[in-house]
This record gives sequence, structure tokens and C-alpha cells, in this order.
Amino acid sequence: MSDVCIVGIGIHPFGRTQGRSGRDQGVVAVRAALADAGLDWREIQFAYGGSAASGNADLMVNELGLTGVPIINVSNGCATGGSALAAAWSGIASGEHEIGMAVGFDKHDRGAFNALPSDYGLPEWYGATGLMLTTQFFATKIQRYMAMFGISPRSLGRVAEKALHNGARCNHAWRRSEVDLETIMAAPMVADPLNKYMFCSPAEGGVALILASETKARQLGRPLIRLRAAVMRTRPPGSFEVFAPSISVNRGVSPTVLAARAAFDRAGIGPQDVDVAQLQDTESGAEIMHMAENGFCADGDQEQWLAEGRTRIAGALPVNTDGGCLACGEPIGASGLRQVYENVVQLRGDGGARQVPGSPKVAYTHVYGAPGVSAVTIMAR
Amino acid sequence: MLTPIAPGLWTDEAAPRLIGGRRHDGEIVFPLPDGDAAALHDAVPLSRTGTLWSWTIQSFRPKSPPYDGPEAFEPFALGYVELPGETIVEARLTRRDGLRIGMAVRLVIVPFDGRRATFAFEPVEEAA
Repeated sequence: MSDVCIVGIGIHPFGRTQGRSGRDQGVVAVRAALADAGLDWREIQFAYGGSAASGNADLMVNELGLTGVPIINVSNGCATGGSALAAAWSGIASGEHEIGMAVGFDKHDRGAFNALPSDYGLPEWYGATGLMLTTQFFATKIQRYMAMFGISPRSLGRVAEKALHNGARCNHAWRRSEVDLETIMAAPMVADPLNKYMFCSPAEGGVALILASETKARQLGRPLIRLRAAVMRTRPPGSFEVFAPSISVNRGVSPTVLAARAAFDRAGIGPQDVDVAQLQDTESGAEIMHMAENGFCADGDQEQWLAEGRTRIAGALPVNTDGGCLACGEPIGASGLRQVYENVVQLRGDGGARQVPGSPKVAYTHVYGAPGVSAVTIMAR
Repeated sequence: MLTPIAPGLWTDEAAPRLIGGRRHDGEIVFPLPDGDAAALHDAVPLSRTGTLWSWTIQSFRPKSPPYDGPEAFEPFALGYVELPGETIVEARLTRRDGLRIGMAVRLVIVPFDGRRATFAFEPVEEAA
């Protein structure tokens, strides 16, 4: 199998862009990635891409050019971007192609996502009685986790404070203003124990990544940033997921645990080798729980890690260096690819005011979402 | 007389019980699935009492659709209740204050709006 390298990255700033569709934000990202790689659209041999709410990726040929390139539309919920990347990885690792692309974009309405029971195989009464909100899942999961493992509300605040601190130093972030911890702790509750600074918001944005075989990457003269693993997993028995009218008394692990193990196995390294990580932070508690589910610390250790600032940019394991979903918002189709974009920035040393010191060499991404899917990547230079 | 929010969620008896579905491997789910999956489950009445597994407060009116509650919105508590040895069900809770993981709760049928009833769990007052 060929090593797979990321040779071009492009992003459309996250947040709100009036008058520009989600797909057009994807086109902006593709053009930026092509320019970054020094490539022309005609040189792209294949692409995978998609969105949750902004239509199909293959329509982008209208703007990018009718080259006949095969584009596979991906629609895989919160793992849309991660699945597109995993598929693109295979297209090159297998030797089938030398150069290809993964693209994700989206544009969501304001406010909480508005899922319908029929889309998830659930009875109408579940939505009618007000039990079908993603916020409730995240709140009840962290509420129990805090009680089981001694995580304080202040730790939830520290995650939000860090996200906004990092976002203020990131030009693709949406929330660009720092907020101090006391202000965060005093904000109104959205879903106990999570308040308004602790939840991310649906947003807009687009990301494109160009992948190449190592041979092709060397020809392009790009820094060799290898995609060592890109895996996606669905849920195992006994996991606790969004939109669950009941969960098993026989408790199991999460899809994140499966994806993390598979990615570390494939990359042949362990959590202790990772220099920078982007972890799904739909809300503050998710980042805390995902630190453990991905294998970076034991359950409960997060309380001390956060108090000591270990996940800040200058800490032992910087987490969500661009402010994550909390500062960037969550355009579903683009969110997982944003994490990979940010890691390439960090591995190239292009992070500017948010650059992780010490020339990071190994970077990790993790995305999680409905209805119980998780995608992980590991890259190294 | 209020109409149940949906048929088949709880038993028609003086002290109603939720109706779950037991798979052949013993795993119990709620609600009892319909469609082809129904054939893989046996209907089983669930315990009226359990312990609070987790909880939160729904502080804003959910979007409609799918939410079908009254326009005037009152924040409500909800959570997951562990019915020992059976399953962990999501439900409304009858009060917002003093909620604690592990506390004893029991099933009650409560008004949802002017014409319909739904199920909820209420904390059981512990003897002093």
C-alpha cells in the first residue's frame, strides 16, 4: 500500500456568510486547497464529499469544471467529512489513484438541530413530547460522567474558556472574542449542567483536503504530511447515543473507543505519541469525555488536566487549537475535515498566534455524532 | 379523561407499567418496536420503580415539528431511569429541583396538554 499524504488544504471561514450557499463555500475551499497544493482542478483524479443540509458535492463541477472527474457523494451524518476522508484515503492507499480530494460543506439554520423522528426510525410521540433533542443527550451523558468520575462544573467552564481563547487567535473561527471563566460560569443554563458558552452552535463553512501518494507528493515538492490512519466506526452494543428512548443495562463502550483503537492500531502508535489533538467538542463535556474515550487519559483525570492547563496550546497535549466546535460552530459536513485542516496547519508550523510550540510531529482528530458514529485520523510528518 | 400520547406505551391497569420489548437474547428495549422488528420482541411490562441514572432540564421550547406541546412553555426535567435488570428508559421527571443520580423514582401518568397524557417518573420521598 502507498503512504497517503495531504498536499493541499483549503477552508472557507466558519460562522455565518449571508448570500453564499453551503456548496459555494465548499467551492471556495476547493479553490484554496488547489492553490495551496499548486494544482489545477483538471489534475484531480477523484473526489469524495458531501454535506448534511446543503446538497450533493458532485454539483460542484458546475463551478470547478466539467472534467469528467468521478465524485462520490457522501451522506453519513456527523461522520460525513470523516467518511469522505477515509474513502479518499483508500482510493490512494490502494494504488488506484495518485491524487484525489475530500470535501465537506454545510449551512444550517440557527438554533438547535431540528431532527424528525421518522428520519431516525423513532415513533412520533418521542419527538412530540420534547425528548428528541441532541442537547439532552449531551447533558445527560456528562451529568452522569461528572457524578461517576468527580468532574466539576468549573472544568466544563475551563474547556469553554480555552476554546474561546484559541478561537480568538484563529482566522477561520467564528467566535473570535475571549470570555473569562467567571463570566462563563455565570451564564444561563441551556441544559443542566451545560450553559450557553458550553454548547457549540450549528453554523456554516467548507473544507477541502487534497490527498496524494507519497511519490506524487514528492513530485509536488510539498512537506510530507502522512495520513497514517483514517477510520470510521458505528456503535457497539450497550453504547449511549443521541435519540435513545432506552439504553441497555449492559453498558458498553462508545463508537469513539472502537475508532480510536482501530486508528492507533493502523498507525502503529499510541496516545502517548500524539503531540496535538482535535477532539469532538459539541459541548464542553464532550471534549472532557472524549479525552478518555480516545485513550489520552483515565476517566476522572481530566479534572486535574484542565486545572493544570495541560490541554492549552502550550500544554502537554494541546486540544482543539483552533477553538474546536465551540469557537468555530458546527457545519456538520465540514466539521471533521476542519479538524484535519487545523492539524496540517499545526504540523506545517503555520499556526501563528495559536501554533503549538516544539514542532509537533503527530496529530490526531476525532469526530463524533448522530446516530452513533465516530471517525478518527492520525497524521504525522 | 386524557388520551395516551400514543397507544401501547403503558399497561391499562390501576398502577400502569411501561411496556417494553424483550429480545430473544434477553435484552429489553423501550418502547416495544413496531413494524417487522415487533416479531423479534415479546411484550413485557416493566418495573414501576427504578433509580435515576441521569437527568437534565429542558429550558427552552423545542422546535415544532416535532414538538407538539402547548405554546406556553414551562421548562421541564427529563432523564434516564434504570429499571433494575431490565432497561434504562428516557422519560420526563415530575419536578426540577433536588434531582440526584441514584435517587428512587416511580412511574406516573401525567397530563401532556389539555387532552393527552404521557408517562413520567416522580421521585419517591425517602423516609426520614
